[in-house]
Amino acid sequence: MRHLLSGADLDADTATLILDTAAEMATVAGREVKKLPALRGRTVVNLFYEDSTRTRISFEAAAKRLSADVINFSAKGSSVSKGESLKDTALTLQAMGADAVVVRHPAAGAPHRLATWVDGSVINAGDGTHEHPTQALLDAYTMRSRLGRIAGLHVAVVGDVLHSRVARSNVLLLGTLGAKVTLVGPPTLIPVDIGTALAPGTEVSYDLDAVLPTADVVMMLRVQWERMADSYFPSAREYARRYGLDGPRMRRLPDHAIVMHPGPMNRGMEITPEVADSPRSTIVEQVTNGVSVRMAVLYLLLGGMT
Amino acid sequence: MTESYLIRGARVVGGEPADLLLRDGVVAEVGRGLTAAGARVVDADGLVALPGLVDLHTHLREPGREDAETVETGSRAAALGGYTAVCAMANTSPVADTAGVVEQVWRLGREAGLVDVQPIGAVTVGLAGEQLAELGAMATSAARVRIFSDDGNCVADPRLMRRALEYVKAFDGIIAQHAEEPRLTVGAQMHEGEVATRLGLTGWPAVAEEAIIARDVLLAGHVDSRLHVCHVSTAGSVEVLRHAKARGIRVTAEVTPHHLFLTDERAESYDPVFKVNPPLRTAADVAALRQALVDGIIDVVATDHAPHALEDKECEWAYARPGMLGLETALSVLLEVVGERWDLIAERMSRAPARIAGLTEHGRDPAPGVPANLTLVDPAARRTVDPGELASRSRNTPYAGMTLPGRVVATFLRGEPTVLDGKAVK
Repeated sequence: MRHLLSGADLDADTATLILDTAAEMATVAGREVKKLPALRGRTVVNLFYEDSTRTRISFEAAAKRLSADVINFSAKGSSVSKGESLKDTALTLQAMGADAVVVRHPAAGAPHRLATWVDGSVINAGDGTHEHPTQALLDAYTMRSRLGRIAGLHVAVVGDVLHSRVARSNVLLLGTLGAKVTLVGPPTLIPVDIGTALAPGTEVSYDLDAVLPTADVVMMLRVQWERMADSYFPSAREYARRYGLDGPRMRRLPDHAIVMHPGPMNRGMEITPEVADSPRSTIVEQVTNGVSVRMAVLYLLLGGMT
Repeated sequence: MTESYLIRGARVVGGEPADLLLRDGVVAEVGRGLTAAGARVVDADGLVALPGLVDLHTHLREPGREDAETVETGSRAAALGGYTAVCAMANTSPVADTAGVVEQVWRLGREAGLVDVQPIGAVTVGLAGEQLAELGAMATSAARVRIFSDDGNCVADPRLMRRALEYVKAFDGIIAQHAEEPRLTVGAQMHEGEVATRLGLTGWPAVAEEAIIARDVLLAGHVDSRLHVCHVSTAGSVEVLRHAKARGIRVTAEVTPHHLFLTDERAESYDPVFKVNPPLRTAADVAALRQALVDGIIDVVATDHAPHALEDKECEWAYARPGMLGLETALSVLLEVVGERWDLIAERMSRAPARIAGLTEHGRDPAPGVPANLTLVDPAARRTVDPGELASRSRNTPYAGMTLPGRVVATFLRGEPTVLDGKAVK
């Protein structure tokens, strides 16, 4: 595997290798010197066309812990704002000898295009409303470390599935790893043919309360306020009432079930503070795990996996 | 005095081989064993003679985007594709919404002299969909405009559409509608369906086309005017048209070669060469369109030839301009799709579009006294599409690397060759 563009790029063995490697990487974080020499002399470019504090910092930390040289290239204040094309930017990075390009872009498929123009590895760090495969990997890692397995789990992904790259990558990866996924949201925010588009057996429900009693994992998606203006739902209040996760709803879950959120959260919209700060919540762990998983991806793409 | 041409052994519209003598701009004689002193002989053994193809839907980009195509380069591409007439869409810069602009395009076409370029006029000023353009002035200009279209944009306002349909009756005009309800396609990137869901691209739902066609056939029936539907792309649209035609509404429709041949799965590469508006649809839509073409529910194959500069395609899918080349590959794609059904091909690619556009010199099978607008096709040839070899100034063909049947060997415009031995004469 040269690039990581989609959750579909990962078969079960590769995904498991990444999760196992991430577990090794996690032990580095506990050391006094949080650094491995694995990628010394290699260059990782973070190419970010969208604001993203947490993903960019996570990749930066991951690359630095592996001793790679990290160049942060953000669309603001660069040649991009002068109208340089993605292709010309790609050729520039190529000329600078980037071994890996981590790209976040508002247009779906931009990392795929980039991969046709550079020799190095391209890692999709979120492309429009398409995919965010390292988020799915860190989510899988979190489920596995909390619940001990992934195969056979019932995962409810709740909210704005239509615009969610997190949801798409999770459906693909969880399907590959043998979990059952139910997508929950108002019909306006569930993409057409989603039951068959990504993974066979993906289910759809419009009724959160009906899904909760059998869920091992509830993954809440961020819902943007702007969606209201486009009539996807009538009001934030009605959305929260029908699809938000609050204390009473959380208590409908089985005792072992966990609550996840990719962040950033809208407290009071899709999730209440009581839930976000509860022991079931894995939201802070997900951030920690993100660094380990991204270390594993960089390590395997840039040298460890042939 | 122009040169005479004696075409030997051509199968006229796929019939028995015959000789055709072209003289003084017309087909002078048709028969076997013809002789003509001084005529230049063209060996057409094994070739099929078709009436020169007529494209109802061509973007020539001039004036405004001469870096993507000019009237001359587009005309050359058309001649090489077997065309003798093309209708040039109005979405140029400036927009062809005045007599001045349509006359400019018409004059550039005459100067190029490779095909008859028949300008289409905009329905509304600046294609803005707010105020009727001076349709009458364009109709009475030297360009004699009969087809009006805001193509690229839909005439979405129902009252404006009604007025346009009514107004052009005074000069036997026709409104060619780009059927796309804009409120249903905000941000749309490709066909709404399983592939769009997988790719995370905003969907362009079939209903956005079907709803406008349904509205427009009812309007055309109400004011008893002529409606032409551009680039029909969905099975549902075919059903609406079937219903309208059964009711006697004066509606005609076109389909593009790419909608007869390619599906939305092409988007999986994220290569914008496959981005087009309306978008590539599903295999079920392709099947319905092919059947509709055979049944006559769809009257015409039109290319929607849409040249784009490299930088407008070599980018992210969402930022790319929609459209693909078509003139030099249309006949081959149709042969691939329907086979050697020559009468059907002549009807859908020449006679019917000429009738709709009112081009009386075109769309007539070669016969004594008929204007010598015809093309000779080698049905046995196969060719692999190489974007670098196209005469168009742009390279955005979706068929690159594909091997397709048929090759245009020669094209004649009023008895003068524009293409000989598969090469443009000028």
